Amino acid sequence: MSTQIPEQETETETETDAEQESSQTRRVSAERTRAGMDQRAEDELSDADETVELKVFRYDPEVEGKKEPRFDSFEVPFTKGMTVLDALIFARDHFDSSLTFRHSCRQAICGSDALFVNGSQRLGCKTQMADLEWPVRVEPLPHAEVVKDLVVDMEHFYDQMESVEPYFQTEELPSGELDEQRQDRANREEIKMSTRCIWCGACMSSCNVAAGDNEYLGPAAINKAYRFAMDDREGEDMTEHRLNIIEQEHGVWRCQTQFSCTEVCPKDIPLTEHIQELKREAVKSNLKFW
Amino acid sequence: MHEHDVVVVGAGGAGLRAAIAAQEEGADVAMVTKLHPVRSHTGAAEGGINAALRDGDDWELHAYDTMKGSDYLGDAPAIETLAQDAPEEVIQLEHWGMPFSREDDGRVSQRPFGGLSFPRTTYAGAETGHHLLHTMYEQVVKRGIQVYDEFYVSQLAVTDHDEPEERECHGVVAYDIKSGEVVGFRATGGVVLATGGDGQVFEHTTNAVANTGDGPAMAYRAGAPVEDMEFVQFHPTTLPSTGVLISEGVRGEGGILYNGEGERFMFERGYANNAGELASRDVVSRAELTEINEGRGIDEEYVELDMRHLGEERITDRLENIIHLAEDFEGVDPLKEPMPVKPGQHYHMGGIETDENGETCVDGLYAAGECACASVHGSNRLGGNALPELIVFGARAGRHAAGTDLGTAEVPVGPSARSETEDGLETPVNPGALGVDDDVAADGALVEPSEVVEHAVETERTRIEGMLERDGINHAEIREDLQRAMTEYVNVFRTEEGLKKALETIRECRERYQDVAVSDPSRTFNTDLIHTVETGNLIDVAETITLGALARTEFRGAHWRKEHQERKDESWLKHTMIAWNGGSPELYYKPVVLEGENKEYEPKVRSY
Repeated sequence: MSTQIPEQETETETETDAEQESSQTRRVSAERTRAGMDQRAEDELSDADETVELKVFRYDPEVEGKKEPRFDSFEVPFTKGMTVLDALIFARDHFDSSLTFRHSCRQAICGSDALFVNGSQRLGCKTQMADLEWPVRVEPLPHAEVVKDLVVDMEHFYDQMESVEPYFQTEELPSGELDEQRQDRANREEIKMSTRCIWCGACMSSCNVAAGDNEYLGPAAINKAYRFAMDDREGEDMTEHRLNIIEQEHGVWRCQTQFSCTEVCPKDIPLTEHIQELKREAVKSNLKFW
Repeated sequence: MHEHDVVVVGAGGAGLRAAIAAQEEGADVAMVTKLHPVRSHTGAAEGGINAALRDGDDWELHAYDTMKGSDYLGDAPAIETLAQDAPEEVIQLEHWGMPFSREDDGRVSQRPFGGLSFPRTTYAGAETGHHLLHTMYEQVVKRGIQVYDEFYVSQLAVTDHDEPEERECHGVVAYDIKSGEVVGFRATGGVVLATGGDGQVFEHTTNAVANTGDGPAMAYRAGAPVEDMEFVQFHPTTLPSTGVLISEGVRGEGGILYNGEGERFMFERGYANNAGELASRDVVSRAELTEINEGRGIDEEYVELDMRHLGEERITDRLENIIHLAEDFEGVDPLKEPMPVKPGQHYHMGGIETDENGETCVDGLYAAGECACASVHGSNRLGGNALPELIVFGARAGRHAAGTDLGTAEVPVGPSARSETEDGLETPVNPGALGVDDDVAADGALVEPSEVVEHAVETERTRIEGMLERDGINHAEIREDLQRAMTEYVNVFRTEEGLKKALETIRECRERYQDVAVSDPSRTFNTDLIHTVETGNLIDVAETITLGALARTEFRGAHWRKEHQERKDESWLKHTMIAWNGGSPELYYKPVVLEGENKEYEPKVRSY
């Protein structure tokens, strides 16, 4: 552990001299830890045929040198099949263990790692480094408060999701204890795409309307409402109730059909279409009572 | 200090079901979870939920298949409970709106799965777990159950009686990831551990990064024994580069495995002449690795899984998710070419010892789901039996913790169930704590509930401060070395020599872990700290897996030993138990319960 490695050229090249100085101050306390990490990183970098540069947004409200947002550069060995998440993990485990980002399943189902990669919302685990322009710039999701580095506060997103009564409600359950409700295949198909949402927040982050109107339900929550409103098992009265919810002032009518949510959705959910369809349903439903 | 009737740790399938069940019994419930519930790894389950729902099927057939699949190491009362409760639980999910795949008559679809005598795997595309997880979280939202998300539970608050069976669990200690505060949760009714898997012990796994065995490690150190830890399931079809799972549903629908010579080896090489690709997972994983080791693999690493002949329509209807996974994570279009696959760690049959009500020997401490061992799966879990386990035992643990009488359990728990002690096991190094273990200072003085919680909070605060303040080594290198050793020596094929080497590496990891330090000084979202604590848990879990594997000198289910190529019922029809014992782990055994409700299960040769 005594092998002292000089400050790395490859690691943490900060944007300005002043920032560099403060970040180095912070690093002093961690030097012993880093020495071992650096050695392993050196070994892996020297074995690599190709390396790729990551520019990562850094911010920590309580750590000297990170209170002012900055970008750190990390040079990581490129391997075939490497995703943005793999590259971030390499940087964290080899250069700077304080590099912070959410991630868990590594297979695009937990929805933890929606990031702003080279200017668009993507899941880190599902984005191949080879498909991106290098250097790769990684930032937290726009239009959300940054907690630290790439971690944003998701509370507002969750609040919007939960405001549309996101749970199945029906009065018409079959009487037999082991009887299921019937649902025809076509209806299941109709709601299928909407049920794939993984709550990653990419759509909400990409939406200009949501950025300007904090109360706008946003594409994910409206899609959740769609998932239930279109499910025949809930019955007509409930559909009516659901349409009332999404018709509110900050509901479906705010959508300006810019398709940005649909473009970034990592599960290919046709969000804009779902919003449009709910608008049509709402109009139909209103006409019925006139 | 927070106070609730029932505290559920973890918010995947078992945790959500436990919370809902406890709340339905009138309890004030809190879920404390390191991930937001919808991030839980239950969401990655693909295949389906076994339940005897249809004419021609019944729970007894499900129980029989499960017992056979377990290679007669499952406990009959737990297996029968699973099979009996599963239909009702599945229909309950349907009534909560879960979007199951449907038949033409509008009823939920079922499909064949490995080791099943009836196609009883109820599914929602190849993303059953995702729908199960979201459907249950929706119910938690509906009920207004309090969720403390991004709170990392790092220690249990348990009284310090000498005997684990006299101890009581009064709550947990959690680290609020956002604020960096260490907080106590007092549970007046019970604590339900539902922390999921521990696949991060291995390098190549289908498990999430968060699956670090926190529950088993904490319960073990608090006195609840762990059971059958040597039984680890390696799934035969994972993508070679990432470990991403390709569902057994692919083979259930008719997918075929080929070796590098184009042979349908499951039949042509005689591994499973009747069931072929749909033999039990342990059988298929060993077959694949044998092919690869004998030079008939592809690139010396994998075999191929072909589903092209099923046709695009059927694949899109029932397995669409597989197309996306193969494309995104392996760059292969499975409609046009076979998918490369190899075995990967997938599920841990072993876990915290519980009875069929989910209770451990420590009063007020429950466990359900993958972190627990009831034992339903014995030495090998059947595909489609994990999701019913989550909901059946999650619900039971939740109800029991809320004070509902579920009747006396038939599966005995705790050291008093011991039938014999293992005292002849030769290990190259001593397992367990280095020096004095301060997790449970057993002098019987600490019994008052809120004092127990406060004491645990203080202990944990000191430990965490220490890791933040001192200089030392980073946990990531220790974790990497641990994972490598486990993957090399405690994988599908195990030898005495290899297992001993693994124990030595684990010991070294434990020694190095004493010098571990967190270099991120921040109190805000310090994942460096979380991962460092997790790595400590991985060391404990890895050690129990390896000790169990070394002790069990037979070949049963997923546990294969080079020197012991037979199942030895006369000496090994028993569970391997490991108790922390204040830091000097003790290995002992308890009998398997083969006595069912109205029959005795007779161990037979297991062939497919």
